[in-house]
Amino acid sequence: MKRYNPIVLIAQVSPISAILGLFLIVPIATILIVSFWDYSEFMLLPDFVWTNYTDTLGSYVTYKTYLNTFKYTVLTWIFTLLIGFPVAYFLCFHVRTLRWQIILFLICTIPFWTSNIIRMISWIPFLGRNGVFNSMLINLGLTNEPLEFLLFSDFAIVLAFVHLYTLFMVVPIFNSMMRINRSVLEAAIDAGANGWQVLTNVVIPLCKPGIAIGSIFVVTLVMGDYITVRLMGGGLRASVGVMMWNEISLLLYPPAAANAVVLLAVVLILVSLMMRVVDLKKEL
Amino acid sequence: MGERRRKEYYFLAVFFTIFVLFLYGPISAILILSFQGPNGGLTFPMNGFSIHWFFALFGEQLVGDFKAAFLRSLQLGLIVMVLTIVVSVLAGLAFRKKFFGSTLLFYTTVASLIVPSILVSLGIGLLYNLMEWEAAWYSSGMGAHLTWTLPFGFLIMIAVFNRFDKSYEEAAKDLGASNWQTIRYVVLPIIAPSLIGVALFGFTLSYDEFARTLMTSGVKNTLPLEIFGMTTNVTTPTLYALGTLTTVFSLVVILTAMGIVFYMRKRRERYGSDAGKGV
Repeated sequence: MKRYNPIVLIAQVSPISAILGLFLIVPIATILIVSFWDYSEFMLLPDFVWTNYTDTLGSYVTYKTYLNTFKYTVLTWIFTLLIGFPVAYFLCFHVRTLRWQIILFLICTIPFWTSNIIRMISWIPFLGRNGVFNSMLINLGLTNEPLEFLLFSDFAIVLAFVHLYTLFMVVPIFNSMMRINRSVLEAAIDAGANGWQVLTNVVIPLCKPGIAIGSIFVVTLVMGDYITVRLMGGGLRASVGVMMWNEISLLLYPPAAANAVVLLAVVLILVSLMMRVVDLKKEL
Repeated sequence: MGERRRKEYYFLAVFFTIFVLFLYGPISAILILSFQGPNGGLTFPMNGFSIHWFFALFGEQLVGDFKAAFLRSLQLGLIVMVLTIVVSVLAGLAFRKKFFGSTLLFYTTVASLIVPSILVSLGIGLLYNLMEWEAAWYSSGMGAHLTWTLPFGFLIMIAVFNRFDKSYEEAAKDLGASNWQTIRYVVLPIIAPSLIGVALFGFTLSYDEFARTLMTSGVKNTLPLEIFGMTTNVTTPTLYALGTLTTVFSLVVILTAMGIVFYMRKRRERYGSDAGKGV
């Protein structure tokens, strides 16, 4: 076939380039620039100072906050993987007909298209002081007093993350599994592998790209989160997003920008480590 | 092997069921609790059964202007949906071949998905601030939403065109169709069901978006911002009533989209082709 008409090509790619340029690239460049600015109580002062970075990176609180955020990230990642993998495995290898695969898959994906905030709020009747869990525990005689740590705690935060983001793990892993040629599994069995060996030596290695993509989603969503920690932690728990948001609401833009740059760097490092396993273009 | 497999099947089936209960349990609890009696609280037990809290929702003094916020989110969702479809299809068409800068553009789009939302929010907020542009839900807010919906639309289109059988297009060209005719009468009808999918992503992701709207919507709130505001100062089941309404609305949107796709499939099976209709 003949080559593209350059005018057509430009017409096709300029909308996406313009939108991402104006609303992604330029804003991030703005953050980068402002992170070097000075500020007074009322205004931003264009300058080139490192104080925003030295303040942030020199503060014990920053490291503690990052540590706490990593804790949420690692816990959420482990649980979403431990739940997401078997769910994908069941859908792919145990549900026999395509019709049921589609139906069950859609049942899993519908919550993704509804509001995250509502899904967080919906834990209140379960986890509150007089909530379902506490009444159940008291009725079973497991505890006399309602447990206070259920709502507004690290537990609630991780639970909400797992609830919101397990789907991001299920879909890419399912996608990888569906590409596994069934005859490879049969060959492994014929060669004498037991079920566990098939899983660890064949299925899991072939699912690595899916696991990596799912992990990228989960890790970046949790690392940059503000709202879940704010809502489920009752305003008492710290994360990088919450720290940034506190600075933003005090109009401390340059320190917030410096924090944003650090966060972006951390996230990009994590993503590039996970991307080693995937060739993104082959996954589509 | 058969016995083991059956055990594994039952174990995983139970696991899957628990997962689905975990997904839907909490939301069904607030669906039920939104029908609390007038004296009922935020948790079980139900203290009577009424639609009191739905009425309370429409009395403005209590929860702020939720109707206006809903209309804003609805309009914004529709605009973002249309833009997401058009821009993603155009980009998808271009990406069927390599071109100068294609890798850069591909990874920029993927980056748009990976960059933490709070950065997009802060960046656009700062940019508008410095440029002394006025931030509003239909300008800066819309842009922020597009950075979230476009990557989904774009990646779906890439996946769709990767599976696209080019011989249909070649056949059309051999029969004398112009480039435009080929796209209008051959390519677009074939990819139409996927476009419904892109539309669903575009609309619902925008309609529910919170983090990227936070600093970019200007003075007027979108619905998720309004709901978030409510969580800090509303301690009655009104909150659940609003939750129920928006969830039902989302479900209607999702089921409509799925219904359309299903209908298209059926129609296609029945009629097969629309040959001869593209003049």
